[in-house]
Amino acid sequence: MRGFASARAIPTLVRVGFADAVAYRAELLVWVLSTSMPLIMLALWTAVAAEAPVGRFGEADFVAYFLATFVVRQLNSSWVAWEMNFEIRTGALSMRLLRPVHPLLAYGVDSLATLPLRGLVALPVAGILLATAAGDRLATDGASWALWIVAVAGGWLLSFFAGAAIGSVAFWTGTSNKLMEAWLALFFVFSGYTIPVELFPPALARVADALPFRYQIGLQVELMTGAHDPRTALGLVAVQWLWVGVLGLVAAVLWRRGLVRFGAFGG
Amino acid sequence: MISVRELRKHFRVHRRAPGLVAAARSLFRRRFDEIRAVDGVSFEIAPGERVGFLGPNGAGKTTTLKVLSGLLHPTSGEVRVARCEPRRREREFLRTIMLVTGQKQQLLWDLPPAETFELNRAIYDVPAAEYRATLRELDDLLELGALVERPTRQLSLGERMKCELAAALIHRPRILFLDEPTIGLDVSMQAAIRGFIQSYNERSGATILLTSHYMDDVAALCPRVVVIDLGRLSYDGRLDELVRRIRPEKRVVLHLAREVDASELVSLGRVVAHDGHQAVLQVAQDALNRTVGRALAELPVRDLTVESAPLEEVMSELFARSRAAAGAVEAGA
Repeated sequence: MRGFASARAIPTLVRVGFADAVAYRAELLVWVLSTSMPLIMLALWTAVAAEAPVGRFGEADFVAYFLATFVVRQLNSSWVAWEMNFEIRTGALSMRLLRPVHPLLAYGVDSLATLPLRGLVALPVAGILLATAAGDRLATDGASWALWIVAVAGGWLLSFFAGAAIGSVAFWTGTSNKLMEAWLALFFVFSGYTIPVELFPPALARVADALPFRYQIGLQVELMTGAHDPRTALGLVAVQWLWVGVLGLVAAVLWRRGLVRFGAFGG
Repeated sequence: MISVRELRKHFRVHRRAPGLVAAARSLFRRRFDEIRAVDGVSFEIAPGERVGFLGPNGAGKTTTLKVLSGLLHPTSGEVRVARCEPRRREREFLRTIMLVTGQKQQLLWDLPPAETFELNRAIYDVPAAEYRATLRELDDLLELGALVERPTRQLSLGERMKCELAAALIHRPRILFLDEPTIGLDVSMQAAIRGFIQSYNERSGATILLTSHYMDDVAALCPRVVVIDLGRLSYDGRLDELVRRIRPEKRVVLHLAREVDASELVSLGRVVAHDGHQAVLQVAQDALNRTVGRALAELPVRDLTVESAPLEEVMSELFARSRAAAGAVEAGA
């Protein structure tokens, strides 16, 4: 019954989370600007490709890739690690623990509640993507888009569980922000966020395949731009969901064990 | 309703001297102290009781409340609240209790309190009709009015505390842990919050465990007190019995029609305070009737009241005694 009661609370959690997210309009604008890295990379890489294609990537391919990256980035962000880190360190987590809804669910809903806003940012970019020549580079078959939806959900869960696992480390270390920064540094290199993984040297590409970062964002972009045949795509999505399972398990174990150490500081 | 047996909660705390050298040294070698915040406390609380949980700063009160509300896992001992083990944080347990602290808030900072109320309604799965009835009742008792529609961050401390209490009671918890609920509030707001807590207890039969450094809160609300110091229980019983045991003497407060000299008072009892037209005498219980009779006969008394020693003094005395006893035990060991 606990699950049902929590599920009934989700629409209200989402609504209140959304109201909280739009409380500060100026901060919202700054946050939108902070996700513009793919647009910068787009300018850089199209300039490079103007001379000659890079691998199979011409100018239009880079435009399609980085506009798709921008759109996917809006759909997979999660700041749970920072939120948990702050709440564990200051004891603010206490107030979440007093409520009969699992705190990880509450954190997740907080993140999801901003999706409509992120959608508002992503939609015009998606429109540009479709309206320009880069639109020709997008996948056209229904199966790829069906897999893309599964991969977007997987990418969000992967980012969320990674953040929850890293946030939980703060139960032991007091703060885990630096660990999250280290994770983000690797994410920027290996996820395909700044360079398509396809352009990596073969040895580095194999490393990227084995790590979870590519499945946070790169895979979804590759599926959007039709980079894989259906069989390869299915295999990659399976690997992504394997990572979702692994990181979900790690997050759950760290959360349960960490909670025993929670100091509930302050007040 | 609440059962605590041999509760212990120990913390390992990093200790470091100030300064650059100590900071650099602490990178390689850390020193830790074990703090025994709660060290073998036992007590029982029956349904519907209002109990004051008292002790000086650092005595272990808040730690105990956090264990009782499932936020902290005990180091050892047995704790049962509404037949549940708090550390498991089962749904039924969390629906039964609420912890309100004067220094931590559950209200959403950037949104009006009404949003937190609605959030709690959904989280606690409160039926709509019951929610509306509870809100009406809380509005009456706490005079919330338009406060609930203003962003929390723009409310005064007292207004926020009223809304905190309302948010905490949306699901009508049967057990209420109150940790310094009146801290920082002005006198009239303290009185309003006290009145509300008493009214909630009487209307709902909820069990209330209250910590406060304001003895007026305790005197007004708690017939029974549990006192801890240095993590150990030093008293558990009726408040009036504690006062009688620690300070059996009574205070005779005299308001005088004319200024009298201190020499006219000393034969009646120990003069605690004297400023011409007013005097406070401390007298033994068995000498009270005689002293009052003599005062009325010998002095120009306009008004006379008999009081117990102030609770602050009683508590200071109790803490001093328990610390002396703890010191003696450690010296003996």
